[in-house]
Amino acid sequence: MLKKTSCFLVLAGAVALAPFSVRCGRDSRRTVNVVGSTSIQPFAELLAQEYEKKNPGQKVDVQGGGSTAGLQAVHNGLAQIGMCSRALSPEEAKEFTPVTIARDGLAVVVNPANPVGGLTVEQIRGLFSGQTKNWTDVGGKDEPVRVITREEGSGTRDCFVHLAMGKEKISQEALVQESSGAVKELVKGNPGAIGYISLGLVSKELKALVVDGAVPTAENVLAGKYKLARPLLFVTRGSPNPKAQKFIDFVSLPESQKTLEAEGLIRAQ
Amino acid sequence: MRQDKIISAILMAIAFTAILGLAVITIFIFKEGVPIILRLGGREFFFSSDWDPKAGHFGIRSMIIGSMMVTCGAMVIGISFSLGLAIVLTQFSPPGLTRVLKPVIELLAGIPSVVYGFVGVVTLVPLIQNHLGGPGLSVLAASIVLGIMVLPTVTSISVDALNAVPRPFWEGSIALGATRWQTVHMVMFKAARSGIVSAIILGMGRAVGETMAVIMVGGNTLAVPKSLLDPVRTLTANIALEMGYASGDHRQALFATGVTLFAFIMILNMIALTVSRRQARGTGAR
Amino acid sequence: MRLAPVAVERVAVTALWIMAAITVGLLFFIIAFILARGLPHISWEFLTESPAKMGREGGISPMIVASGLVASLAVLIAAPIGVATAVYLTEYTREGRATTTIRFGADCLAGIPSIIYGLFGFVFFAITLGLGLSVISGALTLALMVLPTIIRTSEEAIRAVPYAYREVSYGLGSTRWQMVTRVVLRSALPGIVTGIVLSLARAIEETAAVLLTAGSALRMPYSLFDSCRTLPLHFYLLAREGISMEKAYATAAVLVIAILAINFFAYWLMHRFIGKGGRHA
Repeated sequence: MLKKTSCFLVLAGAVALAPFSVRCGRDSRRTVNVVGSTSIQPFAELLAQEYEKKNPGQKVDVQGGGSTAGLQAVHNGLAQIGMCSRALSPEEAKEFTPVTIARDGLAVVVNPANPVGGLTVEQIRGLFSGQTKNWTDVGGKDEPVRVITREEGSGTRDCFVHLAMGKEKISQEALVQESSGAVKELVKGNPGAIGYISLGLVSKELKALVVDGAVPTAENVLAGKYKLARPLLFVTRGSPNPKAQKFIDFVSLPESQKTLEAEGLIRAQ
Repeated sequence: MRQDKIISAILMAIAFTAILGLAVITIFIFKEGVPIILRLGGREFFFSSDWDPKAGHFGIRSMIIGSMMVTCGAMVIGISFSLGLAIVLTQFSPPGLTRVLKPVIELLAGIPSVVYGFVGVVTLVPLIQNHLGGPGLSVLAASIVLGIMVLPTVTSISVDALNAVPRPFWEGSIALGATRWQTVHMVMFKAARSGIVSAIILGMGRAVGETMAVIMVGGNTLAVPKSLLDPVRTLTANIALEMGYASGDHRQALFATGVTLFAFIMILNMIALTVSRRQARGTGAR
Repeated sequence: MRLAPVAVERVAVTALWIMAAITVGLLFFIIAFILARGLPHISWEFLTESPAKMGREGGISPMIVASGLVASLAVLIAAPIGVATAVYLTEYTREGRATTTIRFGADCLAGIPSIIYGLFGFVFFAITLGLGLSVISGALTLALMVLPTIIRTSEEAIRAVPYAYREVSYGLGSTRWQMVTRVVLRSALPGIVTGIVLSLARAIEETAAVLLTAGSALRMPYSLFDSCRTLPLHFYLLAREGISMEKAYATAAVLVIAILAINFFAYWLMHRFIGKGGRHA
């Protein structure tokens, strides 16, 4: 009885203490960790599965967390590739190396019952900053404006603020949701709601607004007519990890680009 | 004898490691969080509603108010319904029903918070939006969902507390001519006070600490909620939403939020300790 | 106008019964809601296949394994340490300021929000110790999270053992260790086990802290250093992103059934022990 219990205790102690003696080098692990934008995540996962099929033995793990979290993860060594759905800031560009894997439009979405079909960027700014409180001010029904935004670390949000908000900040009263799916659900369910999501995620239950006269379509983004557009980046840091580089090269191949287009994104070129 | 000394030493080593580990967490959180509170000053950190990490503004007032409103709401709902259920289970319901219901309620304590949150989003939020106004994501929604979440915990502990009251208390009161309801609120609650207070404190701790459910039904707005139907962001939601990408001052501010929560729980526990000590002294000094 | 006590009583008792019925009804409603929408989509394939297309198709077997691994590892680490600590604190030390402080500290730590453990685990285990987003990061974080609870519940269970048991044991000539293991722990076992099993349930349902430390990778974790996605997290992501509501409900149903089963097991264990333990000399 004594022997059993003390053996058990020693074992438990060893189990508990063992991890502290291990300091695993990231490069020796076989898995490539891709962390970051929830907007890019579904597409990256798709490509990761195809990559693993074509290269058996290679493992690619895709996780969300948001664009800035992705950059942080690369900085901390938690990931080899960061997914970033906005352009890098000048400070970030000093530390990280971006590769554009696709382009995407940013759709401003409203409830399908909303009669408003198109707005100017200034009007959008007014709505999101909270200065325009009722839809009648922009030609809609008498309905209070319900602003829906993504969380602060989201690349989608950063991009939107950069492209549409100018110097204004998004209203303090805006409802903050941590995923595009949640934004979609809210806009669907709320007649006065307005939000922004990736163009590739717009479905027929939502209405994407015409911005400054440009219809939000992939063609218009490519042609440069629809101005709310952003690059989708895979970001690395320092000297390229060979396994990570293989995956990035794979994503840039024409077949992969075609897969992304089929899913609603726009090719990198 | 020697064997005992060796075992004693091993146990002490293990206990020491465990306590050390827990102390490390406490120290770590305070070490990361306190400096920024001191640097910004208590007034700016606790009393400013301006939370703007990019600009370096870290005022958590709206989150503190949010957490307080949601917890109070949850406790109002949780306490009233739990105590009602506890009284019914201990005094009014037939023993067979109680024997079945009590374990069932304790089983229900295990439902994950994400499930509660999600059911809240698809059932409660539209209900509030369509019938009461506002976006549905609100203090009310969060309070109701949290209130339901703490129900099993508060109920089981209250039931245990009420069951611990000696039977003569109930019978004596009835024998003196009191109605059952009079006995309940004049005798039973007073006698079981310490246990009920622990139940409430535990429930409150759980409500304050809840993260996922409030993110889903609260709305996470940065503005201070002015009514029950306004959206709200709690301290825990703030940490969860921003943890993944925060760095430098921002991350320290989140740890500081953790310190705030830690301090709040410490206060709650001290209250619980004082109440139970006072009651023990009260009944002992007869 | 004073109301007759009997009238007040009738109203009050009826009100209480209604409240009780609403409470129980609500709790059952939530479970029924999930099971009704989720059970139809559970199949053997669902439980044994891996997810495809982000979880829109396929099953949840890696998630089941992930949840099992992370939670049971956490409890395997925390339980022996926690029980040993509790034993040490109650049987091998004298009541004093030190033990009161430790007890208060453990109570506080048992009550602080789990997200704070996630915060700590993310910065300490994943980044500083270099363990990354992995099963082991998640397990260690959860172990720390349930440790205070296990210490406190074990301690309460041990202290509930009547002092007479210990006196009798010493009187019969046992050593302290024999007394602790054969008498005290045996009697306190139901309480200790219940505490451990409830900690297991808590570890399984934890979402935010696990997301920060174990990550959310879709694959089957083959090593402790792989990232993984636990069941509640998978449910959360599927439901929130709107990827597949049927799969989400099915995942939730699996999760709810698993937790109910674990809790039920705890109660069965406890009652079985109480039945046997009561008769121990």
